[in-house]
Amino acid sequence: MMVFRGFALKYGDNIDTDVIIPARYLNTTDPKELSEHCMEDLDLDFKNKVKEKNILVVGENFGCGSSREHAPIAIKASGVQCIIAKSFARIFYRNAINIGLPILEVPEAVDKINEGDEIEVDFDNGIVKNISTGEIFKTFPFPPLIQEIIKKGGLINFAKERIKGGK
Amino acid sequence: MGMTITEKILADHSEKKEVYPGELIFAKLDFILANDITGPLAIKEFEKIGAEKVFDSERIALIPDHSTPNKDIKSAMQSKMLRDFAKKHNIKYYYEVGRVGIEHALLPEEGLVLPGDCIIGADSHTCTYGALGAFSTGVGSTDFAYAMATGEIWFKVPESLKFVYYGKLPQWVTGKDLILQTIGYIGVDGARYKAMEFTGEVIRTLPMSDRLTICNMAIEAGAKNGIIEPDEITLEYVKGRAKRDYKFYKSDSDANYKEIYEWDVSKWEPVVAFPHLPSNVKPISSISKDIYIDQVYIGSCTNGRIEDLRIAAKILKGHKVHPDVRLIVTPATPRIYMEALKEGLIEIFLDAGASITPPSCGPCLGGHLGVLAEGERAVATTNRNFVGRMGHPKSEVYLANPAVAAASAILGRIAAPWEVEVKD
Repeated sequence: MMVFRGFALKYGDNIDTDVIIPARYLNTTDPKELSEHCMEDLDLDFKNKVKEKNILVVGENFGCGSSREHAPIAIKASGVQCIIAKSFARIFYRNAINIGLPILEVPEAVDKINEGDEIEVDFDNGIVKNISTGEIFKTFPFPPLIQEIIKKGGLINFAKERIKGGK
Repeated sequence: MGMTITEKILADHSEKKEVYPGELIFAKLDFILANDITGPLAIKEFEKIGAEKVFDSERIALIPDHSTPNKDIKSAMQSKMLRDFAKKHNIKYYYEVGRVGIEHALLPEEGLVLPGDCIIGADSHTCTYGALGAFSTGVGSTDFAYAMATGEIWFKVPESLKFVYYGKLPQWVTGKDLILQTIGYIGVDGARYKAMEFTGEVIRTLPMSDRLTICNMAIEAGAKNGIIEPDEITLEYVKGRAKRDYKFYKSDSDANYKEIYEWDVSKWEPVVAFPHLPSNVKPISSISKDIYIDQVYIGSCTNGRIEDLRIAAKILKGHKVHPDVRLIVTPATPRIYMEALKEGLIEIFLDAGASITPPSCGPCLGGHLGVLAEGERAVATTNRNFVGRMGHPKSEVYLANPAVAAASAILGRIAAPWEVEVKD
């Protein structure tokens, strides 16, 4: 059962991978080190805010720009539990699923969640609950293949089995 | 119902007669690539999978082009990891400094990415190769690791958008302006998850360099891939350099498009994308003449090819770079560098007061070789102008074509090419 409960930290549309983790820090692959600089060009206080509010609630096209997997890695290592967006850029979407950072597109929920609201996200059933206001939002569950990748804990575990199975 | 070129390539690579937008498929890959930023992370993941070998050591390119020549110790360690892995697995297309070029300029030039191919790269601008009539898209490091182990990857078949350009392209309007203006019209998520198919009489007469520039920036509209049907110009480009067989695909006349955009470009102008989104474009004639600049960058996988350098040199010849401006020029590959040298372009740049860097992605992503300070402003022929893209979070990047960049370098402000006297 994948259910997360936490407080909302909000950002707007088109948050790109250059502000999520600037290229000047891409000389490492260490998650801890990357998380030190996560979002710093957008919000210098992100590191502190995320201690209290660890469900990101964001607008359209989150994660646009580069293919750097360092972006979802930095977010995950910062302590973010999951991300709810109006939409994700496609490479970020794949990367997040592949590394096991739970994400969900629920456009109608985003405008109805305020920063600091308490949120519950049920990934198995595609339900977002705003506990602070009592509102409930539903979305489509992931297609079976993607559910399988998520269930196995990411693409690497999925690959291990596929190789073992002779495929 | 007919299929688009994107659907046909994906169907053939997943052993299906037909595929439909939204369908999830596993596709066989003809070629895959990673660089010194995405590669090391992929190598770590590859090792976790436990595969003993890569799927095919002749269909993988490892290209240390981002932080090279190594900018610091940590980057040197990343490059070393790539190099060691390439040796261990006998990767045929590993390019060492001195022979390395910017990946998306290098691989087409080398004839390693070809019409009809299905390609992934751990770099978002992998969509560039669509210019050759290939399906090509950017992915992350874990996807690349998976592909390296298995030779395949999962895709959701994208819906296609068709962009038809007709009319006559005015002087100084390039492929860069076509794609920037297109992104200006549809927005940075206007093609999110979709295929952008570029066509029409204007595209049919465009040289390969402009086509590569157009497909390169499909990602800036959120697209999965950009693609142009191959034709005589494609054939002329690939024959003689192709390292493998290739196949020309065409869209059926009854193929299905989510949307068709048609534009007459006859009155289009060079455009400039203002900070901080590539969609924030303005025609050059509407821009005030007091946007003073500190740096001009001509290079990158978008506009670092020989044709781009020729345009810049044509404008710069006999002029000097403005005293308050630093002009940085990066030939995208060693071959382009050599051609520029033989054609006298390097001499023109040096006479004008420019600095020439080795082939590298450095300046474009604020890595090295031209990082911006707080409050500085640059005109760049690159692809992104996000906050902090070329350096300090309070610096600014204006995206333009090579002619606008060169004219701006001379005048010290954002300027149109026709403001400078061309001295032949």
